[in-house]
Amino acid sequence: MAADKKRYNMRISGLGGQGVVTSAHILGSCMDNAGKFASLVPFFGSEKRMAPVEAYVRASSEPIYEVGEVVYPDIIMIYHSQVVTHGKSYTMPFYTGLKKNSLVIINTGFEVLNEDDKKVLSDLNATVVQFDATALAIKIAGTELATNMAMMGMLLGLTGLVTEAHIEAAVRERFLGNSFVASGGTASLDSAIEKKFKKKEDLLAKNMEVINATFEMAAKIDLNSDELIINIAV
Amino acid sequence: MSLNKTLVDMDYLLNEAPREKHFITGAQAMAEAVKRASVDMAIAYPITPQSEVMHLVGDIYAQGHIKEYYRAEEELGTMSAIAGAARAGVRLFTATSGPGLLRGLEAIVSWPGHRVPCVLGILTRVVNAPLSIQPDNIEMAYMLHCGAVMLHAENQQDTFDYTLAAFAITEKVDVYIPVAVATEGFFVTHAKGYVNMMDEKYAYKEVDPYEAPVPAMDNEVPPARIQRDAPVQKSNFMSYLIHSVWQQEIWDSNRRAMKYIYQYLGGPIEVINPDADVFILASGCAAAQAREANRYAEEEGLSVGLIKVKAIRPFPKQEIRDALKNAKSVIIPEHNIIGWLASEVKSSIDNSGIVVDGPRVYGGMTLPVELIMTEIYTALGMETETLQA
Repeated sequence: MAADKKRYNMRISGLGGQGVVTSAHILGSCMDNAGKFASLVPFFGSEKRMAPVEAYVRASSEPIYEVGEVVYPDIIMIYHSQVVTHGKSYTMPFYTGLKKNSLVIINTGFEVLNEDDKKVLSDLNATVVQFDATALAIKIAGTELATNMAMMGMLLGLTGLVTEAHIEAAVRERFLGNSFVASGGTASLDSAIEKKFKKKEDLLAKNMEVINATFEMAAKIDLNSDELIINIAV
Repeated sequence: MSLNKTLVDMDYLLNEAPREKHFITGAQAMAEAVKRASVDMAIAYPITPQSEVMHLVGDIYAQGHIKEYYRAEEELGTMSAIAGAARAGVRLFTATSGPGLLRGLEAIVSWPGHRVPCVLGILTRVVNAPLSIQPDNIEMAYMLHCGAVMLHAENQQDTFDYTLAAFAITEKVDVYIPVAVATEGFFVTHAKGYVNMMDEKYAYKEVDPYEAPVPAMDNEVPPARIQRDAPVQKSNFMSYLIHSVWQQEIWDSNRRAMKYIYQYLGGPIEVINPDADVFILASGCAAAQAREANRYAEEEGLSVGLIKVKAIRPFPKQEIRDALKNAKSVIIPEHNIIGWLASEVKSSIDNSGIVVDGPRVYGGMTLPVELIMTEIYTALGMETETLQA
C-alpha cells in the first residue's frame, strides 16, 4: 500500500449510530483544512441504530470532478464486525470492488475474516489492519461514541493525508461550530450554554486523545510488510 | 421589479458582471439563475428530484423576484399553462423530472410549434419500471425530436450558466422556441459544488414584447377567430403545406440557436487534448466522470482526449465531426441503457465504426471512472486489470 498516493477513494461501512456519515464529513473538512480536496456521499436506508450505513469519501491533492458512490475503492473501513459477520452492508461481501494493493481497516476485537475472505484479499495484495477501535474509544474517551474518531485517526495516521492540527480544526468545527469564538471572559454566554460548551470542550479533548492514540499506533505499523493481517492490540 | 435591481443584457450578466465563489447544490444553482433572470411567472408540479428546485423558486417568488408562481394540478396542466401564459408575452420558467416530464410531454412537444419561449429545467430521473427516483437520463431521448433547444449541464456551475443563457436564447427573434436545461438528479441537484455567481442585484433585462416575433395576445379580449378559422383548416392542401413549412421553420429556428450557444456558452462542445487518438465523449454528469478519466489517463502518461457536449439540440454535428476527424476510437459513457448520445454521434460522423458503445449505467447507478479507464486501456491495446465484480 503506497502511502503517497495523490488520490484515495474510500468506502466506509458501518452501522447506524456509529458516526459513519459524521466521520466522512470530518474527513472532508480535514482535507479542506489542509488545502486539499474531498467529496463525500452518504448512503443509508432506514435511519436507525444498527442498520447498515455506508459513506464514500474521495480525498485528493487536486480538484475532484467525479460524483456518486465509490464502486472500486482503494481504502475500505469497517466500523463494525457485523458488517462482515452478518453482512450488514450495502456492499456484499464487504471487499467487493476493492483494488489491488489496497488498505482495509477493521474495527474488531476478534478474527472476522474467514479463509475465503483471506484468499481474495491475499490475491489482491491487500493489507488488513485490525484493531478494537470501540475498546480504545471506551478506554480513552469513556464512550463507544468515539469509535469513529479511532477509525478516522487510524486511517489518517496510516495515510498521512493531513496533520493532527487539521483534524483538530475539523473536529472542533463539527462539534462546536466554526462560528463559535471561545472567549472565556464574555458575559454574554448564559450559564446553560456555558455548561454545554464545557461538556463539548471535554468531548472534543477526549476525541483528540483518541485520535492521538491511533496516530501513535499507526506510526508503528509497516504497511509494506508481507503480512495480510496486521493485528494491533489496544 | 421592486427589488431595485440593475438590469443588464445577457453578455454583461454572463461574462462581465463580477462573480463570487459559492458552495451550493445544483438545485440551488438553477434557482439562483432563475432569481437573476427577471422571470415573470413560474408554474410547476412537484416531483423528486425537481421538487428541490421548484421549492427554492417558490422562496424566490416569496422574496419578490418573480411576479407569479403557482402549483398546477399535474404536469400536463403545468405545461399547458406554460403555453397559455406564453401567449400573454411573459417570461416563464418550469422544471420537472422523469415521469413528470413524460406526463407533460404532450404539451411540451407542442411548445416549439406554438412558438412558446420558456425555460424548462429537466432534473433527470428513472422513468421505467421498476420505479426509482435515481438519476438516469433516458427521458432526454424522448425530448430529442420535438424541436426544443436542449442543453446538458455537467455540474452546478454549468447548471447556473446554462439556465441563465437559456432565458436569452429562448427569446431571440430568430429562435423563439423553448430551451430545456437538463442535468442529472441527485448527482448534481442534491450535491454541492463550487459555483461562481454574480451578485443578485444584477438581473437580465425584462422581457420586451416589442422584440417578440409573435404578438402577445390580449387574454382579456381573446381573438376567437384565430382558432375557429385557422388557415390549417382551410383545405388538406393548405393544411399539409403550412404544417410542413411550419415544422421546417421550427428546426431552422433550432439550428439558428447555435450562434447564441457560441455567444453565451463559448460553443456547443469543449475539447481537451484535440490531437489524441482516443477520445472520451460525454454530456451532463457523465462528462464529469469522463473529465476524471481524462485526468487519470494523463497521470498515467496516456494521451486521451475529452469532448464534452454541452448542446444536445441543436446537435453539434460539424463540430464533433471536425473534432473526431483523426480519432481512432471514441468512448461514449452514458447514464442510460439505450445510448442516445452514442446514436447521435454515430449519425453525425462518417467514421462511425470508431464509436465504443459505452460504458453505460442505468437505473441511476453511479458511473465509475474505472469503467471508462477499462475502455481506454482496451482502445489503446493495453492489458487491462480485471475489476472484480
